Amino acid sequence: MNNLLEINNLSVDFPSRRGQVTAVNKVSISVAKGEVLGLVGESGAGKSTVGNSVINLLEPPGYISGGEIIFDGTRIDQMSNEEMRKIRGAKIGTIFQDPQTSLNPLMTIGKQLSETLVETLKISGSSARQKSVELLDSVGIPNPVQRLNAYPHQFSGGMRQRVVIALALAGDPDLVIADEPTTALDVSIQKQILDLIKSLCKQRNLGVIIVTHDIGVIAEIADRVAVMYNGQLVEEGKVKQVLQKPKHEYTKSLISAVPSGDQKLDRFTVVDYIDGSEEKVTLTNVSEHWLSQNKSSQTHNTAITVKNLSIEFSIKQALLRKNRLVLKAVDDVSIDIQTGESFGLVGESGSGKSTLARLIAGLYTPKSGDINIFGHDVLQRSQKAKTSLIRRKMQMIFQDPYSSLNSRMTVEDIVSEPIRFHRSTANSNETSKVVKDLIAFVGMPISSIKKYPHEFSGGQRQRISIARALASRPEILICDEPTSALDVSVQANILNLLKDLQEELSLTMLFISHDLPVIRQMCDRVAVMQNGKICEIAETDKLFDHPEHEYSKHLLGLMPRMDLFRL
Amino acid sequence: MAPLLLAGLMFYFIINRLAQALLVMAVVSAISFSLFNFVGDPVNNMVGQDATREQRVEIRQQLGLDDPILVQYQRFMLNVAQGDFGLSYRIKQPVSQLILEKLPATLELVFASAVIAVFLGIVLGVFTGIRRYSWVSKTIMSVSLIGVSLPTFIIGIGLIYLFAVYLRWLPSSGRAGVIEIGGWKTSLLTIDGWRSIILPAITLSLFQLTMILRLVRAEMLEVMRSDYIKFAKARGLANRAIHFGHALRNTLVPVITIIGLNIGGLIAYSVITETVFQWPGTGLMFIQAVDFVDVPIMAAYLIFVALLFVVINLIVDILYFVVDPRIRRGGS
Repeated sequence: MNNLLEINNLSVDFPSRRGQVTAVNKVSISVAKGEVLGLVGESGAGKSTVGNSVINLLEPPGYISGGEIIFDGTRIDQMSNEEMRKIRGAKIGTIFQDPQTSLNPLMTIGKQLSETLVETLKISGSSARQKSVELLDSVGIPNPVQRLNAYPHQFSGGMRQRVVIALALAGDPDLVIADEPTTALDVSIQKQILDLIKSLCKQRNLGVIIVTHDIGVIAEIADRVAVMYNGQLVEEGKVKQVLQKPKHEYTKSLISAVPSGDQKLDRFTVVDYIDGSEEKVTLTNVSEHWLSQNKSSQTHNTAITVKNLSIEFSIKQALLRKNRLVLKAVDDVSIDIQTGESFGLVGESGSGKSTLARLIAGLYTPKSGDINIFGHDVLQRSQKAKTSLIRRKMQMIFQDPYSSLNSRMTVEDIVSEPIRFHRSTANSNETSKVVKDLIAFVGMPISSIKKYPHEFSGGQRQRISIARALASRPEILICDEPTSALDVSVQANILNLLKDLQEELSLTMLFISHDLPVIRQMCDRVAVMQNGKICEIAETDKLFDHPEHEYSKHLLGLMPRMDLFRL
Repeated sequence: MAPLLLAGLMFYFIINRLAQALLVMAVVSAISFSLFNFVGDPVNNMVGQDATREQRVEIRQQLGLDDPILVQYQRFMLNVAQGDFGLSYRIKQPVSQLILEKLPATLELVFASAVIAVFLGIVLGVFTGIRRYSWVSKTIMSVSLIGVSLPTFIIGIGLIYLFAVYLRWLPSSGRAGVIEIGGWKTSLLTIDGWRSIILPAITLSLFQLTMILRLVRAEMLEVMRSDYIKFAKARGLANRAIHFGHALRNTLVPVITIIGLNIGGLIAYSVITETVFQWPGTGLMFIQAVDFVDVPIMAAYLIFVALLFVVINLIVDILYFVVDPRIRRGGS
């Protein structure tokens, strides 16, 4: 038997009130020792469900309704809970997506490690301690002996994911299932973690299944790839072959939807295989619509001017000044954003890009510096009325479409709230007409206005957020990672929508992202941020083709190497 | 974290909380002092109907009631700080001595019901959280509704009827089997004492028991859905380790808060329970004092209960510190 894991015709059903939902439909895949299999697909494709069925930890009420799972020559899908428990950890290790939540916050990592070691390897406490140190060392954690007594919150995100990997490897398993292991991490850390998984796989001769939505990850690490769509396996093969010559239509469109960092295109390629993905934006004559009335007579060339802006957060409070620790989240930053421009802000997490956006939006008060919007000093306290008038022209779109909409309000209430608050329509009839227009404008069916946010997918919610932002008739749109919580195909649609809106309403846009290809497609000029400071501001094409600052070069070097697979 | 630094942080933290506690006590003492001046004329309560005007004036002077308010307040505070709450108007004995006499009864009652509430609350809460759909859990949850919805005195009277009047297993009221050990009168060392404390302790604990049970259950359900529990399962840990080592501890922070507040609540509710069961504790003493407008006892009781609340909350704050390492970080 040369295959470590063999899944034959696996089906998983989730019974619900509206009948059976088949999450996985007759999927067959296999993994050999020392091989990395990538399982790729968009959310809802059933890829995580496959991983969870292997370790028999399906979310209730899901159950395996057909097929078989054979691990190391033994059929494991019909084992009892107790038998399965002995396989989990000892034979099959699992790595989950979010290192922030995968570790028990109240237990030292040494305790979590030795507890797992004692359980899976049946060794004594003192040798478990010795083994814990070795494990932490092997996943690249410095000072492993001291770090044993640390709690999870004392590690950074990347280090925490290394601890998770150490825990998954503690029982010396033969197979590791990694469910989106790098999705919650920065690009530079993503690369380190993927390299670590790959080298551990070769060293220990492990079989690895990487479940991901990110083709870039697959290109980086996998030997073979299986593509899932809507619960079914649509294509399987060597990575190089699948990425270069995809056979199935879905795989083709999925690959082409990944934004390219190489050149600027007019529009994002849309995954047209997915049913009813792009709806044509239909709004006749925007220039005469309510949205375009009340256009300011401002003729300022610069929409936003930021001068020497700084803000500090206190990390550690203490009685004595010398013991206090402050984080300079934004440190002496100056930028100018022209009216009608798309200005990109790029950097890793913790670089201060979101803080800068929040400062401009007025959600934080800076420690020092100036912010001018359309020539008006918004930090000045004497002209509050004018400032709030100016602020109204600025709207924000947040990253997480799940938490940024009030779940107890209908879409109509959500979108009409700013209109009613500002009394910007003549009467309620006009309000409801405007709401309908806005909903149509962002490409949603009119029938959605009576529904609540939970009835929509992530991409649809983000469209609702955009409609809500437009309801204030903004002239400046601040988008803070608007698509990083979304699938590639949905991302393409949302970004195209934002591009169209910007063109038709001649909006000024401040676009924040850690995703360089997206920035390249969206922005006219880009600022690169690191540790609260701006490293470089340049025209987008110039930055991508000839970066000047060392850090910009470093960031660009980390972009997923999709080009290797394009002919 | 270095132990020395931890100790320093803890010290800073405790000093901070002590300052807040002092403020609370100052406000409460001011309120209880104001009782003397606003709840009727104490002299009327002390002397008979036929006392002469001169007698009244003499008593006023003896009590210092003619001095300016601030002087009276200062005198009151100085005395209180030395544990002197004055003489009871009715019994003419020092109030501090009366309270100390009644205190063991109340503290034992509160202690017994706190143990019942915390122990059963956590055990049943964990059980119903893990075995969510079993019929035992469903029964426990339905029965626990009684604890929340019925007032204490009804439950007390019901228990007296069932166990004392109908079944005749337990005494209906009073505190029996008291023996004195080193100045502390306890009823926990004799069978009679136990028999008499069971009913009031159950009555007093029932409400708190239900609260803790429901809170622990809700927290358990929440924690069992979390990623680290899923990851613990994926590492092949035994159920016992997952439920008690990982899940229970993570439910503790909110549970400790509620337990802290509720032990304060036990003392407050003991007024009703002690009345129903004629339990000779401070609660019963307070009710009798209210009947006779015995202001020194009321004022002292107020300060005493506030002090207990403050001390319990301080202990709870320190417990957070011990349970959750993330709080040790200072501001974040």
